[in-house]
Amino acid sequence: MRAPSVRSIALVALGAALLLVGSWWGLVKAPGEVFMGDVQRIMYVHVPTAWNAMLALTFAFVCALFFLLTNAWQWDDRLEAAMEMGVVLSLLLCMQGSIWAKPTWGVWWDWDPRLTTTAVMVFAFGGILALRAFVDDPVKRAVWSSVACIVAFVDVPIVYFSVKWWNSLHQAQSTPQTVSSAFHWPLRINAFGTLFLWVGLVGLRAQVAALRRRGEMAPPLPEKRKAAGRAPVTGGAL
Amino acid sequence: MKALFVAFRKDLLLQWRGKTQAVAIFAFGAATLLLFSFAIGPDSSALRQHAAGFLWLGLLLASTLSLAESFEREMEEQALEGLLLLPACARTLYYGKAMANWAQLALLGMALVPVMIVLYDAGTLRLLSLLAVILLGTAGLSAPGTLHAAMTSQTRARQTLLPLLLFPLVVPVLLAAVKATSLVILGDPMEQFGPWITLLGAFAVVHWSLGGLLFGRVVED
Repeated sequence: MRAPSVRSIALVALGAALLLVGSWWGLVKAPGEVFMGDVQRIMYVHVPTAWNAMLALTFAFVCALFFLLTNAWQWDDRLEAAMEMGVVLSLLLCMQGSIWAKPTWGVWWDWDPRLTTTAVMVFAFGGILALRAFVDDPVKRAVWSSVACIVAFVDVPIVYFSVKWWNSLHQAQSTPQTVSSAFHWPLRINAFGTLFLWVGLVGLRAQVAALRRRGEMAPPLPEKRKAAGRAPVTGGAL
Repeated sequence: MKALFVAFRKDLLLQWRGKTQAVAIFAFGAATLLLFSFAIGPDSSALRQHAAGFLWLGLLLASTLSLAESFEREMEEQALEGLLLLPACARTLYYGKAMANWAQLALLGMALVPVMIVLYDAGTLRLLSLLAVILLGTAGLSAPGTLHAAMTSQTRARQTLLPLLLFPLVVPVLLAAVKATSLVILGDPMEQFGPWITLLGAFAVVHWSLGGLLFGRVVED
């Protein structure tokens, strides 16, 4: 068994440390917001989570494209890891949003485009993870989840615009340009902290996926075979 | 082109020879329409208000049965592999099947309209607009539905997986079709019908193209 990659572990540690610094800054050092008070401080985790959820799912889409084009297994491992990470981050995003919405808007949930699209993304990509769990043949699992991931990713903007036409209430996005300079640093530090954390975790998770796949595809007879870098031409049993 | 027509005809013929299945799916759709009205209560104005939503939810629920059925038949005796050995590309098979599914879903939708009118008092004389919504909406359901049914029909837990994968994807179809149908039934003073129809059309174009591009990889072996 290969040891976990040092680079991934270093990224996780760096990300966690940055998140600690950024959260301390946001909770203690930064001033409270004039209208919303301390409730606003959830922005320091909420906005970075939103950026990184989109990034993780975009990375999953790229992995799916590369897998279909090259048939190289490492893209399937990364796809599995990135999709899980994207679903977890999107779910966190919905939860943080609800916690913020209750004292601010007075409701836990609102049918605003970004909120609704995030919820749809959780179900769409969560469904693909379920599909992965129910397919035993590694080749079919990889191809099908890549296809489903591409379709779901292309669907996301259509969902967003349809819900936007349907109803709208969310605040304009918060970026370092739209918030006062006192709030910049914790926002930026947490954004990079979350980024390093998930990239490191995806690296580790992809290693786990690769190990599991090698176990599944190991030939039943003791036959000498180089570590498979490419998908076999023929698929497994139906 | 001829191969496409043959594939389309084959699926419709199969469906025609097993008419009981279609009747059962229609009965399922009608039963859901009946059940939705129990959730609202006997308030006729509220029922009329929600009629379009119920129609499309009923159609969406019934569509998973019909879409799944179209591939389950191909799993018997490894019929799908036989089809792939024919001198026709997988894309032709996909479009043939998707068109057959589209035809069935559109017929199902049209058959459910009278049920909706009777149960919810949601009549309209703008039948052409209603027909356009049903045709475009079911086109949006059948393209991703056929693609995903091809995958889920070969897995364990297929009855759960198809709706799980399909429902989040077709949220735009549901939104736009419900809005457009509502506008047809309840009147359209703000002229919003056009944008919703455009959205349905755009969704259908995107997913019919994607499905054709990707289907070959789904059934390769």
